Amino acid sequence: MSNTQVESGYADKAGKGIHNQHNRRVIGDVLSYILLTVLGIIWLLPIVWVFLESFNQNSSSYQRTFFPTQYTFNNYKQLFTETNVMNFGSMFLRTFIIACFVCVISVAFVLFVAYCMSRMRFRFRKPFMNIVLVLGMFPSIMAVVAVYFILKAMNLTSGNWTVVALILVYSAGTGAGFYMMKGYMDTIPNSLDEAAMLDGCTRWQVFYKIILPICRPMIVYQAITGFLAPWLDFVMAKAICRTQDQYTVALGLWQMLQKEYISQWYARFAAGAVVVSIPIAILFMVMQRFYQESMSGSVKG
Amino acid sequence: MATTSKHVEAKKRKTKKVGADYVAPAPWTVKHAFQKGDVFTRLSCVIFGLSNLARKQIIKGILFLAIEILYIIYMVNTGALALDKLFTHLQGTKSEQRFSASGIPLAPAPEEYSVTILLYGVAALFITAAFVWFWTVNMRAAYKAQYLKETTGHAPSFLDDVMDLKDGRAYVSMLFLPTLGILIFTILPLLFMISMAFTSYDSAHPSHFDWVGFANFKEVVSNDGGTVNGQLFLSVLLWTLIWAFFATFLNYFLGMFLAMVINRKTTRGKMFWRGVFSMSIAVPQFVSLLVMNTMLQPTGAVNRLLQSWGWISGPLPFFTNATWARVTVIVINLWVGIPFTIMQVTGILQNIPADLYEAAELDGANWWQQFCNITMPYMIFVTTPYLITTFTGNVNNFNVIYLLSGGDPTPVGASAGKTDLLITWLYKLTVDKGDYNSGAVIGIFTFIVLAVVALLTYRSSGSYKNEEGFR
Repeated sequence: MSNTQVESGYADKAGKGIHNQHNRRVIGDVLSYILLTVLGIIWLLPIVWVFLESFNQNSSSYQRTFFPTQYTFNNYKQLFTETNVMNFGSMFLRTFIIACFVCVISVAFVLFVAYCMSRMRFRFRKPFMNIVLVLGMFPSIMAVVAVYFILKAMNLTSGNWTVVALILVYSAGTGAGFYMMKGYMDTIPNSLDEAAMLDGCTRWQVFYKIILPICRPMIVYQAITGFLAPWLDFVMAKAICRTQDQYTVALGLWQMLQKEYISQWYARFAAGAVVVSIPIAILFMVMQRFYQESMSGSVKG
Repeated sequence: MATTSKHVEAKKRKTKKVGADYVAPAPWTVKHAFQKGDVFTRLSCVIFGLSNLARKQIIKGILFLAIEILYIIYMVNTGALALDKLFTHLQGTKSEQRFSASGIPLAPAPEEYSVTILLYGVAALFITAAFVWFWTVNMRAAYKAQYLKETTGHAPSFLDDVMDLKDGRAYVSMLFLPTLGILIFTILPLLFMISMAFTSYDSAHPSHFDWVGFANFKEVVSNDGGTVNGQLFLSVLLWTLIWAFFATFLNYFLGMFLAMVINRKTTRGKMFWRGVFSMSIAVPQFVSLLVMNTMLQPTGAVNRLLQSWGWISGPLPFFTNATWARVTVIVINLWVGIPFTIMQVTGILQNIPADLYEAAELDGANWWQQFCNITMPYMIFVTTPYLITTFTGNVNNFNVIYLLSGGDPTPVGASAGKTDLLITWLYKLTVDKGDYNSGAVIGIFTFIVLAVVALLTYRSSGSYKNEEGFR
């Protein structure tokens, strides 16, 4: 409420009536709440639908009604217990392991590269940024087949080695995605670094003592994207994992929608989608609070 | 703001050649190593690390020498052969029945596939290029050791070098692994694929192919009536650009608008609203896309719902009519993309110095004026690189198109559908049909288009010219 008082004070100075300002604010509030509600429903509807579908007793893909009519918990049970056709549990575990590694590696890589590009000046810097920019313009799908051949030459495509292969594939190139982080670091005042270096910090110390804490919101973003990559990608996984005991969840779920499975697996597909979304959603809520933290007050005076 | 831009312009004119972050070359260059180097330094061009060893940089010298020896061993064992095959025997060998001198059949010689030869050949070229670069590193290090020995009396010890990696040259230690990853898993595969564009590696020659020069490029550009022709290429290219434009800017501005509505001082439950919109991120993209694909089919949930309400008589042609399909993918991409935009933009919006707004409010600026004169310049400044990467990302947006519409509607006999982007076309050609060469050519053309668009915009953007403008 203190905000309102301060602002109505400004309004006075600007020569406007408090009343007028107040009315406009209320109208703005109402409009924005209506907008947010309508859009929120649009955004949530498909998710709610998937959620309800996962409890659908009628497991085929063709439904008479938009929302299911009879509910059961059976789909989840079947998903994890009937492992002879598709072992969803092990797919889930495999993807989770990959995601954890990729998350950590990609955050480290992006922070390293962004810090170097934002804070340090060296001869290879501009060429590096230009090369990365140029590389980003090559369609990534183009490399899928080639990456498979390279991994095969490294003997990483048989058995459980595909886990290592996928970790490598998903995290190796993440350093190229530093632009957003660099843009953020560019907004951090240089005087912070200078002050720390006057106090005897090395560049590495400036990095993890000064820059890292300030970049937390962006790190959250990077961690989420890094963690999501293995869950979302299926093109790369499809090229690398050739047998079903190597599949990640993305491939498993995709498989359930193929012609030979869809008639029996549609509800279990929805259940699988819900199960996959849960760790991501939890992670997201835990990390959500970092968004609030703003930069104001990092440099005083 | 006005003063800043004036300042920028003045700076631009003055420092056209030598920018603010210009780094003067160190005195130890390869050229100087040969001009001013002593015997040890010059001999280092043959025996790596010799100069370092002579200046008592034992560990460094041994490391240089070890890498040279490793390279020589590699070349003698496999590298030279791989290079030779790459240029002269790309065809490989077919498996032939062999007989011993007395006529007893032997196990057939292992078949050598052209793809393997191509991969090992390209890798050998790649390693050689890396080695040449390493040679320049070696020469510079050699002269550096000599130079420092002469000027300061002693060359830095290994410990000094390690300490330097933590401070002055921290960029070397920090960039090493990310760069290595990019080299092996981005650049090497790309070179490999590009080399395929010059071969006859297609569905007719799946295991044994040869170099064909620019024939594939000609096929894609000309109108000879093949499944891959110039007319189809142009129409796919045009749709790709339209798609990328709408997908990028609609997402950006609508997402930013929503983020600002949520960020309003008087909007309550900011966390709740952000949570609502980020829910869709938690659902894997391909799940929601596949679900929407089934929902929007002629017999899907949406059509049945609308029909049961009596709003429409026949099913809406979501993926069967070209225009409908194109609008549908753009709209659904909004659903997919806006939460990501909100997520990224929120942090930056909160980063805008609050005093700018306070000052503007004191001067009587209204909401729109604040938006145009504070928010937009700041956002554009910070996010231009992001916008460009999003644009290129959308040109290469495989998931949305492939999973949602699959490129449909596809005219009979055409190799690309009406919503196919260059990238999905490439995928269909390579993975589905095995025409790796035309796929690679399309990939190269995609790259050229993107490079022209992106480099032009990026080079003229504020955040490239003046990285410290908002500090």
